[in-house]
Amino acid sequence: MPSADTRMNGSDSKRDNGDRQATAREPRGGLTVAVWATLKRDLTLLMRRRSEVLNPLVFFALVITLFPIGISPDPELLATIAPGLLWVAALLAALLSLDSLFRGDYEDGSLEQLLLTPQPLPMLGLAKVAVHWLLTGLPLALMAPVLGIMLALPAGSYLILAFSLALGTASLSLIGAIGAALTVGLSRGGVLLSLLVLPLYIPVLIFGAGAVQAAIMGDGAAAHLAILGALLALSLMLAPWAIAASLRISING
Amino acid sequence: MWAFINKLRSPKWFYAISERLLPWFWVAAAALILVGSVWGLAFAPADYQQGNSFRIIYVHVPAAFLAQSIFVSMAVCGLVYMVWKIKVADMAAAMMAPLGAAMTFISLFSGAVWGVPTWGTWWMWDARLTSMLILFFLYLGVIALRGAFSSRDSASRAASVLAMVGVINIPIIKYSVDWWYTLHQPATFTVTGRVGMPMEMWVPLLIMVLGFYSFFIAVTLMRTRSEILRRESNKRWVRDLAGGER
Amino acid sequence: MTLRLQARGLACERDDRWLFEDLDLDIRGGEIVRVEGPNGSGKTTLLKILSGQLADYHGELFWNDRPMRQARQAFLENLLYLGHAPGVKAALTPLENLAWYQALAGEAVHEAPRLAALESVGLAGFEDVPAGQLSAGQQRRVALARLELTPRPLWVLDEPFTAIDRHGVAALEERLVVHARSGGCVLVTTHHELKASEELRHIRLGRGGQDAER
Repeated sequence: MPSADTRMNGSDSKRDNGDRQATAREPRGGLTVAVWATLKRDLTLLMRRRSEVLNPLVFFALVITLFPIGISPDPELLATIAPGLLWVAALLAALLSLDSLFRGDYEDGSLEQLLLTPQPLPMLGLAKVAVHWLLTGLPLALMAPVLGIMLALPAGSYLILAFSLALGTASLSLIGAIGAALTVGLSRGGVLLSLLVLPLYIPVLIFGAGAVQAAIMGDGAAAHLAILGALLALSLMLAPWAIAASLRISING
Repeated sequence: MWAFINKLRSPKWFYAISERLLPWFWVAAAALILVGSVWGLAFAPADYQQGNSFRIIYVHVPAAFLAQSIFVSMAVCGLVYMVWKIKVADMAAAMMAPLGAAMTFISLFSGAVWGVPTWGTWWMWDARLTSMLILFFLYLGVIALRGAFSSRDSASRAASVLAMVGVINIPIIKYSVDWWYTLHQPATFTVTGRVGMPMEMWVPLLIMVLGFYSFFIAVTLMRTRSEILRRESNKRWVRDLAGGER
Repeated sequence: MTLRLQARGLACERDDRWLFEDLDLDIRGGEIVRVEGPNGSGKTTLLKILSGQLADYHGELFWNDRPMRQARQAFLENLLYLGHAPGVKAALTPLENLAWYQALAGEAVHEAPRLAALESVGLAGFEDVPAGQLSAGQQRRVALARLELTPRPLWVLDEPFTAIDRHGVAALEERLVVHARSGGCVLVTTHHELKASEELRHIRLGRGGQDAER
């Protein structure tokens, strides 16, 4: 341990450095750099703890396995309920990892620092949500067709399933992040988080599962997907501000 | 406008003004509900399809109206609290939440009771009942969140944000549930889904709705007043008040 | 532009309890201000208010003679706050941790200043070790490296001496004096007795009344 030879910078050479600090600084930009660094940092963090990324996927597969066992292995029956099952299971899997979205940062003090940067907090929150979607929503969407085969999902709806999930889970991440931000200061926020967030997920579920169903019936899923897109646009506009406000409340809890 | 907002800042002013208003709302609530229920239950004609079971709308509809209005007022109070830091608004919002949940429950329960003679079952995934059920969960969420914080100031802010997020979502939820319902089921009877209700039926309904609103305002004022006393119990004017009445 | 952080009639009420009332402060560049008081007297809360984290206070705050609400952006550009928790990610190396802070502060993300900052807090050789494997004191040093990495005139430090060894404490104390002498300003809470110097001022919080004295 080299802590014995510690210098905390009291040498003369650093005093020049100190002189530079004497005057107040003028505000300047750098939002892109900050957002990019936040994205990179959170991605690195999650890639180092890969189990946290894999757990929701395993959960998704397990839940889907439970249904044929609990209901019936009859392919015809499974095919009729498959769109809803896949969507509900994916939604719950996305919910599972939500609690840890801000919790780590809250516990080690990074969240305080995030709130004190001169950069707009909604944008930095958005970067964190984007990472959540990239490592939860997107993998779930890519995995869903495989589980669709296991549930005898009719052909022709696989692409719509993946696409609707990719689009829908982005809204879920955004809405869920509001709940995560509100409960991050509470020691047992997990169950409460589901209670807050699940009712708000219902529109996304309706149009997401509806899109797959429409594709199966041959009605064309364009309308559903358009509404999912509209929901995402609305969440993108409003959720970052709600997340920022909620984080400020939680940090003072 | 600003003078009014500044006055609202003072719980003491609210306490005084509500004392004068409160009896009027109680009288209005009692009179309207009494007239409405006697008229609706005894004098309004029976429905030609549903018979007497339709009379449950005299409870169901006002409760459902109120359940939605209370959520909106809760969100408005939350906004007022967040923007102008008016504590009375937050106290009112805190008092409204359980009442709103109760109204949602009443409308759900009356819908279920109505379902027995009409649909032959206690529960149908009817569009309105489903939206009501989701609204009930939203209320439970707001109440649970407020209860979860140890600091009351944080609890108030968190509940305000959630109420505002919820109120933006309510129309979206309602629209999507309606859409989902028409997609999955052919239209059946709904509790209120009929047009051209004769005058003798809807006038008592209107009276009942007004009565329920008066009841809501009276209860909220009363409970907010006691909450003011509880939260401000260490303030001078409250102690003077308690001393004076003794 | 010199530094000036002012508070007029500052009071904080948390759930009907007044932590402090009617506090007047005038903090300028070149000062080290130590906030003192028993546990629960509101030291951390005061630092959080003065660093712009808590908005529910009574009274007024001014940064360089402008009301805080208008000057918030400029204020944050000048502030470096270190809280109770070091804000260091266990799974990231010290270099990676500092890279994020560098970017948040609006600096260009170069490695050379980070290496220099780590060296100045005695962490040379630990740049690429995950912070989780470092001791508590070393993690605190990673956080303290930000004092060198992102030069800011106003330092708000909540218990910065926690977990630091004796040499580190002396060096940090000297660093605070150097910062004040070069025109910067330090607001600090600590249980550690600071060496008396002409820059040092005290603010005492406590039950009954508070006073700000030189």
